[in-house]
Amino acid sequence: MADIFSGVVIVATLSSGIRLAVPLLLASLGEAFGQRSGVLNLGVDGIMLLGAFGGYYTTLKTQSPWVGLAVGLAIGLFLGLLSSVVSVSLLAEQGISGIGVYLFGLGMSDLLFQRLVGTPLPVPSFQKAPIPLLSDIPVVGDLIFNHSIPIYLAFLAIPVCTYIINRTRFGMNIRAVGENPEAADSQGISVTRVRYAAVTIGGVLAGAAGAVLAIGLGIFQQNLTNAQGFIAIALVYFGAWRPIGVMAGSLVYGMVSAVVLLLKTRGIIPLGASDLAAMIPAVITVLALVVAARRFRAPTALTKPFIRGG
Amino acid sequence: MTSRGPSEAGPRLRTQLLSYSVPALAVLGAFAIGAVMLAMLGANPFTGFWAMAKGAFGSGGALVETALKSTPLLLVGVGITIAFRASVINIGGEGQMVSGALASTIVALGMTDVPAAIALPLALGAGVVGGAIWGAIPGALKAYFGVNEILSTIMLNVVAVQAMNWLLRAPLIDPMEIERGTRIPQTARLPESTDLPLFVEGGRLHIGPVIAVLVAVLVYVLLWRTTSGYRLRAVGLSGDAARYAGMSVERNVVWALTLSGAMSGLAGSILVLGSEGHRMVTDGSTIGFTGSAGFNGIVTALFGGLHPLWTIPSSFLFGGLLVGAIALQRAAQVPTALVLALNGLVVLFVVSLDRYRRQVREREDRRISAIATSSTEDDESPKPLSREDDDDG
Repeated sequence: MADIFSGVVIVATLSSGIRLAVPLLLASLGEAFGQRSGVLNLGVDGIMLLGAFGGYYTTLKTQSPWVGLAVGLAIGLFLGLLSSVVSVSLLAEQGISGIGVYLFGLGMSDLLFQRLVGTPLPVPSFQKAPIPLLSDIPVVGDLIFNHSIPIYLAFLAIPVCTYIINRTRFGMNIRAVGENPEAADSQGISVTRVRYAAVTIGGVLAGAAGAVLAIGLGIFQQNLTNAQGFIAIALVYFGAWRPIGVMAGSLVYGMVSAVVLLLKTRGIIPLGASDLAAMIPAVITVLALVVAARRFRAPTALTKPFIRGG
Repeated sequence: MTSRGPSEAGPRLRTQLLSYSVPALAVLGAFAIGAVMLAMLGANPFTGFWAMAKGAFGSGGALVETALKSTPLLLVGVGITIAFRASVINIGGEGQMVSGALASTIVALGMTDVPAAIALPLALGAGVVGGAIWGAIPGALKAYFGVNEILSTIMLNVVAVQAMNWLLRAPLIDPMEIERGTRIPQTARLPESTDLPLFVEGGRLHIGPVIAVLVAVLVYVLLWRTTSGYRLRAVGLSGDAARYAGMSVERNVVWALTLSGAMSGLAGSILVLGSEGHRMVTDGSTIGFTGSAGFNGIVTALFGGLHPLWTIPSSFLFGGLLVGAIALQRAAQVPTALVLALNGLVVLFVVSLDRYRRQVREREDRRISAIATSSTEDDESPKPLSREDDDDG
């Protein structure tokens, strides 16, 4: 009983918190691109589910998690493009269209799973890749430098995304299109093209998030994500549309999930109480939404389709 | 809104036809894709759809199942309609169903030795209140704190699931489950006085579908025949105009989401009180309890043209799809999840075609005004999915 306070358990729990945060981190980084460009993509969970199935199934067939991840990315690319067509070209109401993508992904991934796989078979996961030297540092080494490559890549994506959004021409265009599409349009920026690119990046990252989730767990089942894609959307608000804020939110979720898991498996407190603990991040997010609504401003053109001269 | 003269009958008819055909086109499109999917899964689309239709509507028993499946879809759909009409987007149907069901369960568990005439209305009422609270929270957050209701309703779905898992695993768990050590997260059987009355003893059909239809009619009356409903719709059409007319936009936003949540809460309540086991069970997810009705209700509302009365046949059709899917699975080994995927496509088609329809109408309006050379007020920012042209249904 006292052993949950031992160093080994604490490090293992924090380390699994980092792992659990990664799908949320990838999905919400992607969603941040779309939202910065003025498009709210509510279909993240559906894209994650199909990416998860695609990644799982490919890994099952090829026994290579990397090929699986690539297929997850490809599925995300396709669904990101589809979402762009609906939201950007067909000017659909963004608060609803994403629910269509979600239901499609939820149904389709389950359908394909039942039809092509049936009984859940485990797949090989990504190998751990401890970073030489750094992983030998006591505590920190095991915590931060002893993960699989996709996890390092996900965290590397944070500074990369920050750089793209703040320092590149493309990122400037994304922000311009999300704040004032009319002005951007008059400057010769193609609102449509920029939004397509931003939403598609979001799709690719959502597909990757799903694939990493499924391959990381080594299994697939109906509704595997259990609404993580929706949480990812809220985390973008939580993180005030900044990659670093998004990371903070994802880590809060990941850590709490890890602690809940620990409490459950060790049976320290009555089973029900871990569900109560699982409620905490959701409640925190709701409160954070209230604070965010006061302190931070959403991209001005968020959810508003752009019609030239309209 | 644009003023209209007598010379516009032709184009007006065209846009009217277009507005009615959008949902139909959407369903046809989804079915066409469904047919392709069936073919790819190695099933004959025609025999597949025929099996579905027969399974859903082909016999008395099938119709009973369809009516039962349609009930939550109708109630959630009507709730979605109220919210959308007031220009608030409620995607918290799942959470509101769960909170309504939990409230009903808690009240029902306390109703041992209370006659049905009191126990049942109280249990149902608790569901309405539970859902209403779960709707009022995002309503108040939007009206007074500027929190986007899409986000808050999503997050409250998550909170509701965890609350359900906690309540059913700890305080509300069937004492027998602890005694036997099985610990299945479910309540004890609710008192018989809270069972929804059956039409035929030993049958399946309870009064839930009748309640749902009555509620849909009531909501129609509320929205189109009362001042309160007029205010909701006015706020939905133009917040600024409504504010200028002295209406409180904030209060109406809260009211719309509260009512909307109440409908989903009632749906959840009926799901529990009318369940075969007469108890609430969780598999850890919302979908396990709601069967995605909180989202599928959006589909029925859209297909019903955001009109409470049209939502009745719309729900019956989509309820039929869900029931028919089981027959399809038996006949052609196609998983029932197919219907969920098709529902998603219906949503995508409806929202994609909706803007197109509106653009066509605006173009027609502009042409009319050019012909009439009369001045028109420009409807600068059309409200989501509002149907200004056929409001009196």
